[in-house]
Amino acid sequence: MNFNATLIGQSITFIFFVWFCMKFVWPPIMNALETRKKQIADGLAAGDRGKHELELAAKKAAENLRDAKTQAGEVIAQADKRAVQIIEEAKIAAKEEGERQLAAAQANIAQETNRARESLRDQVAALAVAGAEKILRREVNAQTHAELLGQLKAEL
Amino acid sequence: MASEYHSSGEYIKHHLQNLTYGQHADGTWGIASGAEEAAAMGFWAINVDSMLFSIGLGVLFLFLFRMAAKKATTGVPAGLQNFVEWVIEFIDSTVRGSFSHRNAMVAPLALTVFMWVFLMNMMDLIPVDWLPYAASMAGVPYLKVVPSTDPNVTFGMSLSIFFLVLYYSVKMKGAGGFFSELAFQPFPKFLFPVNLLLEGVGLIAKPISLALRLFGNMYAGEMIFILIALMYGGGWILAAFGGVLQWAWAVFHILIITLQAFIFMTLTIVYLDMAHAEHH
Repeated sequence: MNFNATLIGQSITFIFFVWFCMKFVWPPIMNALETRKKQIADGLAAGDRGKHELELAAKKAAENLRDAKTQAGEVIAQADKRAVQIIEEAKIAAKEEGERQLAAAQANIAQETNRARESLRDQVAALAVAGAEKILRREVNAQTHAELLGQLKAEL
Repeated sequence: MASEYHSSGEYIKHHLQNLTYGQHADGTWGIASGAEEAAAMGFWAINVDSMLFSIGLGVLFLFLFRMAAKKATTGVPAGLQNFVEWVIEFIDSTVRGSFSHRNAMVAPLALTVFMWVFLMNMMDLIPVDWLPYAASMAGVPYLKVVPSTDPNVTFGMSLSIFFLVLYYSVKMKGAGGFFSELAFQPFPKFLFPVNLLLEGVGLIAKPISLALRLFGNMYAGEMIFILIALMYGGGWILAAFGGVLQWAWAVFHILIITLQAFIFMTLTIVYLDMAHAEHH
């Protein structure tokens, strides 16, 4: 066990090796490790986020479905109500129209009756005058007896 | 292979001798031929095998990790990147657990310490004779393949770490703060010479214990491998027993080399954490 210059040589070599390791070996590998660690952490976080988003989307889809169902129900109920309403309205309109037409027909009938009565009255008056003429012939003056005839006509 | 040597003692000595390059007593430069000659070369000699293997292993580590770093993607990692990321995450969590301050240097330092020490220790698992025998074939007289059994290597690292500890102690607490930490506790201020002595010993003990722990463990482990290898020269029965022992010790050694690398790294982190801490 004798010491010699190997001691110095070893020290220099050692210092050089440490320097080289510190400069060219440690940082790139540590960098790669750190980056990979970060990537893995990011990936896991992204996975979690994706899962969370999926849950949210499923919840939202269920909500939308429920909303759509409610809306459809409302629409159907409204349509039913509207249909009933339309039917009611149609019934009322039909009834009104029927009554109107009935009234018009009755008015028509009354008018026709009157007209027939008027013409009958005229004809009866004319027949009465003609009958009287035939009976009285000469004596009867149409002008003189017009007043009498008018009275007769009114009485008919 | 022990039969090539004159005695077991020589075999063991040969295996524990570094390939030392330095100045001979007669003034010429060359490889020392033996422990005495290597010691006589004094400080200005170099253990060529320790340097080559440690630098080679360090470069292998940095090359592999640099390759993974260049191709690092944030996608699904495969093969080498997977392994490198596993190691780095392990180091990172250890540093986070023991180091409670902000310093971009500590984690790469810990990674370098762990991987380098681990690779150097792993050389111990190669059967003790393979590489030295191949080297002797190539004309190289000595070869110690486990750099962490060379105290120069372990002290080179631990002293560098010690200087980092001193640097950060002064940087974080100021020279006065660092001194007061050493001088004014654990006893009251008027006993500061006692404090200084105690804390000073504690401080110096850090790098020495750090280096000696690793060196001692690896040296002892290597020694046991060498002793087991000696059995191969003792007849068939002893050789077979030696083979079983070598396998068992190698399996156990896998634990030791990993544990020693981890302890070295953890203590480095803890020492630096203490250097950063404002209060003791």
